[in-house]
This record gives sequence, C-alpha cells and structure tokens, in this order.
Amino acid sequence: MSTRDDQMDYPLVRTEPRKSGTSGGRRVLVTGLGTFWGGRVAQALEADPDVDVIVGLDVFEPTVELERTEYVRVDANYSILSRIVRATQVDTIIHTFLVVDPTMMSTRSMHEINVIGTMNLFAAASTPDSTVRDVIVKSSTMVYGSAPEDPTWFTEDSPRSRRATQPIERSLEAVEGYVRDFAEDNPHVNVALMRFSNVVGAEIETPLTRLLQAPLVPSLAGFDPRFQFVHERDVVRALLFAFDHHIAGIYNVAGDEQIPWSEVARLCGRRTLPFPPYGTSLIAGPLRRLGLLNLPDEYEMLLKYGRGVDNSKFKRAGFEYLYSSAEAVEEFIESLRLRRTIGAHRPAYRYERDVEQFFRHSPAVVRERPTRDSEATRTPRSAGGYEEA
Amino acid sequence: MAEPEPRSEPPDRNLDLDLDQAAHLPARRDPKPNPDDLDASRMSDVNEWGRSENMRALVRRLYEPIYKHWFRVEWEGLEKIPPGGALLVANHAGAVPSDAPAIMHGIETELGRPIYGLADNFFRKLPVVGTYWNRLGGLPAHPDNAYRLLREQDQLVLVFPEGTKGPAKTWDERYKLRRFGRGGFVEIAMRAGVPVVPIALVGAEESMPILVRLPSLAKAFGLPYMPVTANMLVAGPLGAVAYFPAKFKIKVLDPVYFDVEPDLERYSRSKIMDESEAIRDKIQSALYEMLRNRRSVWFG
Repeated sequence: MSTRDDQMDYPLVRTEPRKSGTSGGRRVLVTGLGTFWGGRVAQALEADPDVDVIVGLDVFEPTVELERTEYVRVDANYSILSRIVRATQVDTIIHTFLVVDPTMMSTRSMHEINVIGTMNLFAAASTPDSTVRDVIVKSSTMVYGSAPEDPTWFTEDSPRSRRATQPIERSLEAVEGYVRDFAEDNPHVNVALMRFSNVVGAEIETPLTRLLQAPLVPSLAGFDPRFQFVHERDVVRALLFAFDHHIAGIYNVAGDEQIPWSEVARLCGRRTLPFPPYGTSLIAGPLRRLGLLNLPDEYEMLLKYGRGVDNSKFKRAGFEYLYSSAEAVEEFIESLRLRRTIGAHRPAYRYERDVEQFFRHSPAVVRERPTRDSEATRTPRSAGGYEEA
Repeated sequence: MAEPEPRSEPPDRNLDLDLDQAAHLPARRDPKPNPDDLDASRMSDVNEWGRSENMRALVRRLYEPIYKHWFRVEWEGLEKIPPGGALLVANHAGAVPSDAPAIMHGIETELGRPIYGLADNFFRKLPVVGTYWNRLGGLPAHPDNAYRLLREQDQLVLVFPEGTKGPAKTWDERYKLRRFGRGGFVEIAMRAGVPVVPIALVGAEESMPILVRLPSLAKAFGLPYMPVTANMLVAGPLGAVAYFPAKFKIKVLDPVYFDVEPDLERYSRSKIMDESEAIRDKIQSALYEMLRNRRSVWFG
C-alpha cells in the first residue's frame, strides 16, 4: 500500500556501509566554518575519533576555537571548490553556509553565497571521480513561506501556498533545486536536506531573537501567529545525527508544538507592542532606517500567520529532541539573563592564521589525535592537500 | 513514512450503521495523540491547532443562553456520532453563519468532545476575528489539517462543503443546497478512513436572511460576498450581529462509511463524486422532511 509519504524523492536511511576511503575514517568538508553552525559542527567533529580530516571553508575567519580543522579562506561563491574537493578527497560535505537572515547582507551577496555557492559546491561534488558519498545541507523552513492558505503543519512534501516573493526565500528555493538535482543525478550519494525552523539559544542571533530582546516585542495588532522554535543545540545535534546515520531525504527540524507570539513574549517576560497590521512597512521602514527596529519584510507575513512544520519524520528516523519549542525559548531567555548579568560566556576568540598554522603543522608541537593507528600515513596527505589549495 | 497504524475496522462498511451497531463499535487499541497534551513549559493552553480549551469554555458559558433561549436548539440523533474520528458535514446558511457555533457548541456540551471547524482561510486574514476564530477551534480548510485531525488524532471535524456559496444564498433560495465543492470532503474522509456524518440544520436560514447581495461592494472590500440582510433593515448596522430568534433543529443522519482502504494515493473520481452527491441528497431530503414538519419558523 502506498502512502502519501512514499513519493518522497529519496529513501529514508541507507544502511549500505560507507565506502572506505583512503584510510577508513571520514573526511569532512564543512562550508561556512566562520558561521555559528559551521564552527559548532566542526568542533563536534573534532572530538569524533572516526573523523580523520575536517576542512572548513568560509569567507570569514572561524569564530570558535578549533584544534585540527583546516580552515581555507575562499571567495563567497566557492570558485576554487572543485580543486579543494579533489585535493582533500572528502567523502562528506556539510553545507551550513546558507544565509537565512536577510538582515545580514545585501540581496546580491546573499545570492552569491546561497545560490552560486551551492551551485559550485555541487558542481565540485559531482565530478566523475568525486569521492563524496554524503551531503548534508542546512536549509530553513522559510522555504514553506507563510500565508493564510497554509496548512497548520507543513510536512516535508507540502508545497508552499504562495509563490516566493522575498529574495531570501527565492534564493533558498533555488538552493533546494540544486540539492534535488544533485540527489537525482547522484543516487549513490546520501543527500540530507534539513529544514530548520526558527533557531533560538544562548549564542545565536537571528531577527527573531533580536525582536525578543527588545524591551517591547513588536507584534501586529489583532494577529497572534504561532511560532515554532528549535534550540541551537538541537540544530548541531541534528546535523551530527544526519552525519552519523548517513541520512538521506528531506527533514523538518523543529521543536514540538507551536507557541502563540504573545505567549513567546510572555515566556521572555516581555510585553508586546502592537503595530498596525496594514501598511506595516510604512512604519517599520523609517524605524529600520533609524536603527530602532530590524524587522525584515519576510517577518511581516510571519507575524501575521506564523508557520508550523511537522517534525515527526525526523523523529521516526530516530532523532530525539532535547528541547520543545517552549523549552527552547525558556533556555534562550535564561541564558540571556545570565549574559546580561555576567557578560559573554567565554572570552571572544580571534583567529590568528600564524598561530593556528603553528599548532597544526609545526613539528615542535606534540600532537595527540583521537586515533593514532594510521596517523603517520594520513596527516601528511591532508596537510599537502591544504597547501596545494 | 507514515506507516498506517493498525486500526480496528468498523464492523460493517457497506451498510449505513444503525444506532445499535454504532454503539458497539469496538474501542481503538492504541491511544491516539491528544492535541491538548502540552509541554510543561507552556504558559497558555493554546494547543497544536491554535484552539484554547479555556477560551472555548468561556465562550461556551457566554453562548449557552443564546443557544438555549434564543435559538432553542434541538438535536435529533446526536448518538449517531461515532466514537473516534468523524467528518461532520452540514448545510450552511445565514449571511454571517449562525449554524457553525450552534453545531460546535452542541457537540461540545452534549458529547463533551472537542470539535474543530474547517473554514475558508478568509477568516485567518482578519485581525482579531481571525485570532479568536482560531482559538475557538476554527482552522483553515486544508486537506492536511483534516487528515491529521481525523487520521492521526481521532478528532471530530466539521465542514460545510457548500463553502461560501451556502451562506451567500439569498432568501428565495433558502434550504436549496449548493454544489458540494469538488467532493474534497469525501476524499479526505476516505484517505483518513473515517465516516462522514451528514447533518441537516433548519433555522439558520431564517436567523439572518439575505435580501440582496452587492457584488461590486464585496469586490471593493475584498469580501467573499456582501449581503443586505433583513436584520440590517430592522436593526441597522447592528443587524450584522443580531440574529432573528428562529427555532433551530439539528438532525444527525446515519454515518456514511466508505468501502475503500485509507491512505491511498488516489481515489476514483467518479466514486468521490457519487458519494458526495449521495450525501448531498441525504441532507437535502432530510431538510425537506424537516421543513414539511415545521409549523412555525419561530417555534418549530
């Protein structure tokens, strides 16, 4: 009997053992190493003895301390990517370098990073001699949009109700198109497309967390949309889960339950400041220019209709969430209170190229790797690959 | 993948169940998720569908006098609503329909079960109204919503297959059922493996009869239709909310079970349309029957 889910593009989990590369351990390429996600994922992978090599790409320098990850500075659209992939012989690509916060940069640079970057990434990964076997893409539930016609819960195969009009949504759609094409053309590769809902947590900053930190939380009068949140720890855990289990397919990643916006504000100990529901941009525009309110246009619809995604498919694949939506918000607000009192958790880290090179490659440093067996044969090759690139 | 859970079969799928059989439907083996089970961290009881039982209870208290003393709602065959998920399908009337609140209130007070009303997403676009509509159990009529409620959560769901064409009828067309959409409600019930329970309601048409529609004004305001009601002639602008005290009679008809497997990708279009038409006929003839026996619009 066929269910409606059966038409999913690719199967759930492939259990076929990974093709053992040159030495057995996994060789991972992390894009967006300088972003929150890339950095966190790379940190977690460093602790994994099964991971031999971690290469991180970004236009920005890493913002977290990394021990053995090789950082490669690239231009935004990854033009040298195929050389890196060939030289490092990676078997897994974790693509976290997708801009989902439209306030971060101009539409043009967002297009370069999201669309052109992804295109080049997949072009590099689909060469005939490519060693890539697993691809994990960090997308966003923004691809579902937000409209009055929406179902209360989007499943992975629900289409969006209205055409994407915002640049950010359109670029994410284009990205997902490339992901799908790549998955279709390369059936031997496990492609996991993970759609994350609104992220909150101790460290991440998004347009929504900025709204919730304001003394009065903006809302639209007469509307109380419902939101879903995922905690930043669950985001990293989800990416690692996909990595560990060679997951393939599309997955929504979001905490349980949707919370009305007014309740979110209450959870944060805030009151809402209602804006008129019509002509909102007339008011939000000048406020934005004054720097008083950083509310991207995408959020106008979201503050009217909200968005809910069905997270049960990822749960069925075996993932267990640490936080529900409400717990994620609670955790976020607790860490915010702490930060307000004692300042940042850890001292700010600054990437110094020479220092990092010294620790990674100088013969003077006594290195202890999680695995020691075939280290002698592996390390020079990865270092060589890095130098070439 | 949504593995269909093992379900108990209704005892007799070909026959319309009569009362005795319906009362003996076997209990379900596995408890379904309850949408009202919420996380301990939550500060309100707004559930996964946006419905709030507290707000519903408050509105039930406020609406009870209207239900009892204004419309003097009278039910017949309420016991025919089977346990488990069911799709309730009724005729729709009155410029600002008074039938949905009456049916939902009746089910919740008499059966003690929550009910969700699927409606045009027009409601969702209205500030304030849209929010309260949602908190009181209203949902956009999306097939995914109906499926999840019926199949996965065994809830009661109310739809008006006539859509906005029902309440947009003018006075001279009262109690003449419109086309039942494209039979989407039948398809959803088939996919969810639940029966359709037809409901015939008399009284709503007279509670707010439409004299004439103003299509150009409706267009200007972006409304589905713009009625001039008799209530407005009597009460002025207040007429948009003041109903005439017509006597409401609601008759639950025998549940219709479909002899098909749930969760199929597609169902035969002709079967869907036939079933849809048959259900429409049942409600239509029940309405005529009730009207034949009605002595007075106001006293039943």
